[in-house]
Amino acid sequence: MINFSYMRAHDVADAVRQIAADPTAKFIAGGTNLIDLMKENVACPSRLIDITHLPLDKVEKISDGGLRIGALVPNSDLAYHPEIAARYPLLGSAILAGASPQLRNMASTGGNLLQRTRCFYFYDTTTPCNKREPGSGCSAIGGINRMHAILGTSEQCIATHPSDMCVALAALDARVLVTGQGGERTIAFSDFHRLPGDAPQTDSTLRPDEIITAIELPSKGFAGNYTYLKIRDRLSYAFALVSVAVGLEIADGAIKEARLALGGVAHKPWRDRDVEAQLAGAPPTAETFRRAADTLLRDARGFGHNDFKIELARRGIVRALTQAARGTPQSQADKRIA
Amino acid sequence: MAQPSSAARRASEKSARPAKAAITLHVNGAARELTVAPWTTLLDALRLYLDLTGTKKGCDHGQCGACTVLVDGRRIISCLTLAVMKDGAQITTIEGLAHGGALHPLQQAFIDHDAFQCGYCTPGQICSAAGLIAEGRAHTADDIRELMSGNICRCGAYSNIVAAIEDAMVGDAKKNAGGDRR
Repeated sequence: MINFSYMRAHDVADAVRQIAADPTAKFIAGGTNLIDLMKENVACPSRLIDITHLPLDKVEKISDGGLRIGALVPNSDLAYHPEIAARYPLLGSAILAGASPQLRNMASTGGNLLQRTRCFYFYDTTTPCNKREPGSGCSAIGGINRMHAILGTSEQCIATHPSDMCVALAALDARVLVTGQGGERTIAFSDFHRLPGDAPQTDSTLRPDEIITAIELPSKGFAGNYTYLKIRDRLSYAFALVSVAVGLEIADGAIKEARLALGGVAHKPWRDRDVEAQLAGAPPTAETFRRAADTLLRDARGFGHNDFKIELARRGIVRALTQAARGTPQSQADKRIA
Repeated sequence: MAQPSSAARRASEKSARPAKAAITLHVNGAARELTVAPWTTLLDALRLYLDLTGTKKGCDHGQCGACTVLVDGRRIISCLTLAVMKDGAQITTIEGLAHGGALHPLQQAFIDHDAFQCGYCTPGQICSAAGLIAEGRAHTADDIRELMSGNICRCGAYSNIVAAIEDAMVGDAKKNAGGDRR
């Protein structure tokens, strides 16, 4: 790890002032990804601004019937929070599918959004990587790319976003509250993370002077028919090859509303409104689910080692929709797939 | 994030050497004052500054769990924690679990169940298990396996580790119910 200086932010305005004054500084909260990246010399901030003393650690009900989650709420506290367990079990399940208990005790809600890809070329400073060194090339295209993206890729980058929590937040239509020099603004979750395009070094639409202060959940939590199905190389403590978050509203034998988001397949949690519109009004049958999977994967493209992900995603989507429709969500302790 | 890492590195090298900070860590019940660089991890502070070498450095990247300690009662990874950020915190390490010459029930259970071979991961396993029992989320062997997944044992003593934790968990429940007082 290189030398850096350390400061504490005293309030949100102070944090914004400090980050705006030094473009080589970074905020630190849980540190579970940033310190690792610093040890690997992938992140080399001149200064860390400790935001853990800011009053952003509450989970509160908001006026529209939804929930506001402070950016510093630890992942474990959020996963087991009574409001999450009762009203947003999809989010709790997704959080518990990720990392380990120790890391979940450390990692913050805001930091989870800003964690970086685990593409091994991004981590390996001896290899070209457009995300780490723009313009240097992508080693994963034509390299070892078993874990890489099949949707929304570009000629410059085929990295995936590693979060499980974010897949559920995408499905739940969460909002990201941020504060910068220009004041506060709200970013729809689908607009928060970017596709790589020709600027894979930029993961999100958060501006350099902005801090995430909270995540808001709309009132609808799909607590009756949901699942988070994560498929990975070992049963615990591994990143997703493919994960599927589903929330369904079923009435009179038909799907009234569907939410479907995939992890492990793209540079951001992958949602497809066309597929959700196709599901709405259809009967919750295997045929409906197969057609949904076909539509979602219509433009999927493999890069060699990850070709299997297209069929894995197809089967994962059908299985997850089936689990949600039956009201038998995937357990994150008993790993048998329901 | 938008800053190329090499440019950031050059900017950092040009800046003056950052100041060390005086902090107090309450380790195993004793206040310990020390002066650390911003980049000193809690793991290195414990091992190199406080000579508490029970906590082990395994991967140093948050993947193996060997460095698990309790901070303010919660299990965390000390290799990905900056000591300067834990000024004033209560830290419990493997050295702080035994009381009055008696082993902690988890330490005794690990011996009783032969829950290790080389022993390198054991302090992290035991601190993690202490955190798991305090959290109260594990009720079955499946739960223990899942909630201990952040602790890797390269000797593969997992089945005995699960048995030891189950044993200590049952003892803890009995103690809380006012039954078996050991």
